[in-house]
Amino acid sequence: MENNSPLNALSGKIPFWRDIRVLRILFQVAFLLGVILLLVILYTNMLKGLRGLGLTLNLNFLQNEAGFNLSEGISYEPSDTYLKAFWVGIVNTLKVGIIGIICATLLGIFFGIARLSSNWLIRTIATAYVECFRNIPLLLQILFWYTAVVGQLPKVKESFSLFGGVFINNRGIYLPSPEPTSGMKIWIGFLGVGLLLAVILYVVRWRKLQQLDRPGFRAKWALPAFLIVALCGWFLTPMFTTIENSGKHWPLTLDLPILQGFNFQGGMRFSPEFSALLIALSVYTSAFIAEVVRSGIQAVVKGQREAARAIGLNEAQTLRLIVLPQAVPIIVPPLTSQYLNLAKNSSLAVAIGFPDLFGVGNTIMAQTGQSIPVFAMIMVSYLVMSLTTSAAMNWYNRWINRIGR
Amino acid sequence: MRDELLEEHQKLAELARREEIRPPQSSKAVLPWMKANLFSTWYNSLLTLVALGFLLLVFKGFLTWAFTGAKWSVIPANLQLFAVGSYPREQIWRVWGVVYILSVLLGLSAGMWGGLVLRFALVLGGVWFIGVLLPFEFSTRGGFLGAVVAIAAALFLGRGRTSFRPWILGGWLLSFPLIIVVLRGFGENGVLTSNWGGLLLTLILAIVGIVASFPLGVFLALCRQSSLPAIRWVSTAYIETVRGVPLITILFMGNVLIPIFMPDVDINQVLRMMLGITLFSAAYMAENVRGGLQGILRGQQEAAQAVGLNYVQTMLFIVLPQALRAVIPAIVGQFIALFKDTSLVSIIGLIDLLGVAKSVIANPDWLGLQAEVYLFAAVIYFIFSYSMSYVSQKIETALGVGNT
Repeated sequence: MENNSPLNALSGKIPFWRDIRVLRILFQVAFLLGVILLLVILYTNMLKGLRGLGLTLNLNFLQNEAGFNLSEGISYEPSDTYLKAFWVGIVNTLKVGIIGIICATLLGIFFGIARLSSNWLIRTIATAYVECFRNIPLLLQILFWYTAVVGQLPKVKESFSLFGGVFINNRGIYLPSPEPTSGMKIWIGFLGVGLLLAVILYVVRWRKLQQLDRPGFRAKWALPAFLIVALCGWFLTPMFTTIENSGKHWPLTLDLPILQGFNFQGGMRFSPEFSALLIALSVYTSAFIAEVVRSGIQAVVKGQREAARAIGLNEAQTLRLIVLPQAVPIIVPPLTSQYLNLAKNSSLAVAIGFPDLFGVGNTIMAQTGQSIPVFAMIMVSYLVMSLTTSAAMNWYNRWINRIGR
Repeated sequence: MRDELLEEHQKLAELARREEIRPPQSSKAVLPWMKANLFSTWYNSLLTLVALGFLLLVFKGFLTWAFTGAKWSVIPANLQLFAVGSYPREQIWRVWGVVYILSVLLGLSAGMWGGLVLRFALVLGGVWFIGVLLPFEFSTRGGFLGAVVAIAAALFLGRGRTSFRPWILGGWLLSFPLIIVVLRGFGENGVLTSNWGGLLLTLILAIVGIVASFPLGVFLALCRQSSLPAIRWVSTAYIETVRGVPLITILFMGNVLIPIFMPDVDINQVLRMMLGITLFSAAYMAENVRGGLQGILRGQQEAAQAVGLNYVQTMLFIVLPQALRAVIPAIVGQFIALFKDTSLVSIIGLIDLLGVAKSVIANPDWLGLQAEVYLFAAVIYFIFSYSMSYVSQKIETALGVGNT
């Protein structure tokens, strides 16, 4: 026996094809080789297929003139490049996504809380809303709003008007838009002063609360102070502007849509496509957000609420200090995925001809035949959007968890 | 002291027996119920009144439209189109074959298992019976009547024969390829998949998607949890990429890129859509399953290895049953999402339920009836989605998820 160490004896006996460490590495190498082989086969097939179609794989076509018109979005001419057209699509997607997220969140919180109401009727209506809208395909809802609701609105001459400033007709929804005037700069100065004051008051109150070791609303002084300064500024601004210019100017004026000839001019316009898409996306996603909010609040154990009431916190304090700090960390992760769903679902705009990122990409593909680069651009755009949102939400989640625990 | 307590306890028990200190029965009377649930405080009363006014407005508008303005005749006139699309009339017996296969299997299962399956069979029997009552052609109504009889007969046949359960499970597994074969037939004499349509196509896409994406999703989840980095990375990259892009891009890619990437293989459009839906849904399924896997304690796996189970046995018999049970709601939620997502194939050009709705609206005979047609389609989608979520809730209670 030359080898009396058991370890040596073992390692001497195990052949490499039965050594788990070697096998693990070999298996992974084989797996990666398989994946690479698959990709190479697909790549060569693709080159062959492209040669058959007479296309080459590069991005030069993006500099060519697009030549097609886009019904809405930031300034764009058919003589601009494909790249510019694609950018218009990205901005349109972001626009509908951001406004949609805001509307869906507000609606969702409203219906989520309504589902927990002690009032039977309110609870039932909210449940019906949630079950109804989340069990019907979004595409069907988009088509319904577009063709059966927005498409059936009256003609321009017979538009519905609300408060003399909002007009709704089959060309879209016209809203007054706030326009800054020469007084805006002065008002911004007031806002700055107000903000400074608010920050100071916030810190002072925070310190005081810490000294007293009491719970309380930290912005209790800062918020009214800011509002008072902003309001005073609003009413004082016209006095200053009279010295500079002729006539008084509020910081903002409302640019009202006015019927001129066959259409409305001025103000803000939401096209029928945009309106239908926005309504459908907001309503559909809000049904899911309502469920997220409801289950988040319900996840806070009932005893917590009762204990808070027992030690003398009032209803509002219980909600702010006990329920919400525990519910929000539960709500945020599923809320994030609902926001991402909304952004991705906005691609269904292609069904009603709204020029979003996917719709414009589709048009470019149809015109140039460059399907692979355009698909890559579309996918990268969506991936960047998704990854940024989830990164931001993860950061927020960590922050809120640090405070909550 | 102890005796006193005991005495006190006995006294209370005696009182309880005489029903003197039973908890108050919740009142079934209308007025107290309304007081408690609608008018408990002044703001609740206000809310109730506002909500009532709102409901009155909505229902009045809707009912006026539904009974006076709406032209519902478009629905019965196109009922067959909604059901099977452009499936050839002379081959319609194939669809009936599928109806009968499913009815018999479900009837037998209902007899053997009872409970939820029985309720499901009764609902399906009810649906077929409604088919008998509707103003279809005489032969169609006869077909429906036959299906009702088939369910009832199978139910009585299967009653209490629990020893045949494995056979029925095998039958369900076999029924899946069998149904596809029956619907497709062979070669030129069969029905091309391009002729599949309506609710039939929607259901086929959904069922194929569910059946295929579930195992694929479980597999991807296991890969993502693997101790081998290469497999973990590839699986993670796949899942995150797919989850980052909309389904419609994947369906378009399937449509446009498969012919470029695989020029030699002829894959028809229905199959391409099935592929796209499956690959998309599997990534989401994997994330749901991973959530369940992460909830399983490490000790479970170690204990399984300690008693000598290998990796496959550990996963199959120890880890997955617990992990999947915990995430049933999420998985069914994904199934419902998949069912609704099948409607996207109508953008690509397949004539599924939504596609039929779009084509009926485009038909000059039925111009301007968008609301009626879309509402009808919405009700059908709703019935399927809602019953899936209902079944999931029942399974949850049956398995005691959330009570552990």
